[in-house]
Amino acid sequence: MITIIDYGLGNIQAFVNVYRRLHIPVAVAQNAAQLDGATKLILPGVGAFDHAIERLDASGMRPTLDELVQKHKVPVLGICVGMQILACGSDEGVLPGLGWVPGRVRSFKSVPDLTDLPLPHMGWNDVVALNQNALFEGFEDEARFYFLHSFYFECEQQQHHAAMASYGLEFCCTVQADNVYGVQFHPEKSHHFGVGLLKNFAEL
Amino acid sequence: MLRPRIIPCLLIQDGGLVKTVKFKDPKYVGDPINAVKIFNEKEADELIVIDIDATVQGVEPNYTQIAKLAAECRMPLCYGGGIRTAAQAKKIIQLGVEKVAISSAVLENPQLVAQIAEEIGSQSVVVVLDHKSRLLSKHQEVWTHNGTRNTKRSVLEVALELEKLGAGEIVLNSIENDGKMKGYDLDLAARLRAAVHIPITILGGGGSLEDMASVVKTCGVVGVAAGSFFVFKGAYRAVLISYPSAQQKDDIIYSALRAR
Repeated sequence: MITIIDYGLGNIQAFVNVYRRLHIPVAVAQNAAQLDGATKLILPGVGAFDHAIERLDASGMRPTLDELVQKHKVPVLGICVGMQILACGSDEGVLPGLGWVPGRVRSFKSVPDLTDLPLPHMGWNDVVALNQNALFEGFEDEARFYFLHSFYFECEQQQHHAAMASYGLEFCCTVQADNVYGVQFHPEKSHHFGVGLLKNFAEL
Repeated sequence: MLRPRIIPCLLIQDGGLVKTVKFKDPKYVGDPINAVKIFNEKEADELIVIDIDATVQGVEPNYTQIAKLAAECRMPLCYGGGIRTAAQAKKIIQLGVEKVAISSAVLENPQLVAQIAEEIGSQSVVVVLDHKSRLLSKHQEVWTHNGTRNTKRSVLEVALELEKLGAGEIVLNSIENDGKMKGYDLDLAARLRAAVHIPITILGGGGSLEDMASVVKTCGVVGVAAGSFFVFKGAYRAVLISYPSAQQKDDIIYSALRAR
């Protein structure tokens, strides 16, 4: 069953609603025991990087998640800050990330020549999938999602870039390393585009 | 390409949806949940929902109603009305709302912006500045408590201060243009866009897609919000909820951006 990781951050109910409308069974886990039986994981998140890592640690689910994702290769989809904590670290904080996708989260503000760029990056932007990534299967050329963030994921390896978006610079807005997926945008609030992506994840 | 956001702004009073003119004469226009359902179907870019009673009456935000709205809403939701503490803002975010709008409380205590940003992140902190011109001048001052108290502070000065403290977005709301459907305050919008480095949204006066296009032509990629335009139809203001199609947005709004 698709299991949404509820560690106190992010819009859990929005994911539950999307899957209920799709008639796809969904569960919510607030502790390690409730992760039992998860065949897919969704890791939401909003707010600051360090806060997200602290909350995940405090939830007691982290060792089980490590085992499910790294040992048993259960597919996981990180959303927004839930995607950013897949990295090894972030310009926003000091704590190490989960390290499931090699890379680091950067601030748009640290990019030279972008000092006039309004931040956060807020609103609907085009997403261009690379290498026919499975999350975007069946999408027309134009996929559009809602973004709300000031930091972006910088992969160590080009091969982990799954989709790109443009805001001041071309940045990686979807990562994939084997069974670990992450999207910077909010599919749960992106109308039919987001529903399509969440359905694709469910059907992986 | 990042697109301008076309945003219905819904006002709530006594649990129902209302629309005002110059912040007065609220007219009942229906059930908020029903409106959200329609905007879901129309794939609106974003929604702003403001409880116009909460601050004036000094009551807590209506969490039950917020939870229902958030659960129904399939687009990003910004909620405002009655938020006075970081704990309240956090609670609202946890109900599944993307952004909280604050106004009166941060005008009284600007440090509250920093406290709320610390708790939920700057990206979710929206400051709404209700503004009105000083008598016989073009000088725009910020008002609070649903347009009943004048802070006597200039819009740009307040916007810059609150940006510095961690606001993630500024919504300009013209009291004099509210409900008039005769166009936006483009001059103030342009000055605010040039002054701050955070997203802004312009509200008050929108009566047509062309009005919205002129904001985009003036300011570029910003949010353009309206109330009456999305809930009334025709000269007699019959209640009919509508939202432009993707094609209309492209033809009228995005083309204004491309032509800049």
